[in-house]
Amino acid sequence: MSEWLTGSILMTHDVGLHARPSVKLTKLAKGYASAIEIAGAAEGPWIDAKSIVKVMAMKAKKDTIVYVRARGTDANKAVAALLTLIEHDFDDDHANAVSG
Amino acid sequence: MSDKVGIVIVSHSPDVARGAADMVRQMVGNEVPLGFCGGNPDGGLGTSVEKIMKAIDEAWSERGVAILVDLGGAETNSEMAIEMLPPERQGKVVVCNAPIVEGAVMAATEAWGGASLEDVRRTAEELSPQ
Repeated sequence: MSEWLTGSILMTHDVGLHARPSVKLTKLAKGYASAIEIAGAAEGPWIDAKSIVKVMAMKAKKDTIVYVRARGTDANKAVAALLTLIEHDFDDDHANAVSG
Repeated sequence: MSDKVGIVIVSHSPDVARGAADMVRQMVGNEVPLGFCGGNPDGGLGTSVEKIMKAIDEAWSERGVAILVDLGGAETNSEMAIEMLPPERQGKVVVCNAPIVEGAVMAATEAWGGASLEDVRRTAEELSPQ
């Protein structure tokens, strides 16, 4: 198995990773073949970004640095897409940018 | 015919059922087949087997249908509705042991990604106290 590809971004969305943003993030993650995990700290704990229950339970707040890592054939695209979604405050225009 | 598992919401209250369905549509989207019902045939609080069967029909998918219920009668009437389905459909409908609103959103999110009926149910039930 290849190495994890990691990125991070400061989450500025007002309410943080609440219900609606969590659903958007999970839906986006499900569009990629790679294993994708997120964390609220560089050392983890890492949680499965494709698990809506775990993402919602993370309760990441505004001004958290969110770490994203992916492993697999489309890991590059996956990390970029998730970081873009968070960067753009979970805006709808960036929520559906699932790779073809 | 959808390639995603369908979601049915069964509440004693028509307003709760409609509200939970709105949350699913707005948060997860319209791609997941969705049915909902609430209230007894007289318009009061309660559930009806007939309405539940109709809701299952609306949400029908060959991948299966996951039902989210609120209190007691919603569950027993849902089980009765499943028993009254054509035999080939009976094995493809399950009642989830999960909170109705949260379970519906979680189950729909999982269904949206193309998960199997068993995975959809497991995701909804992850919410329940162990």
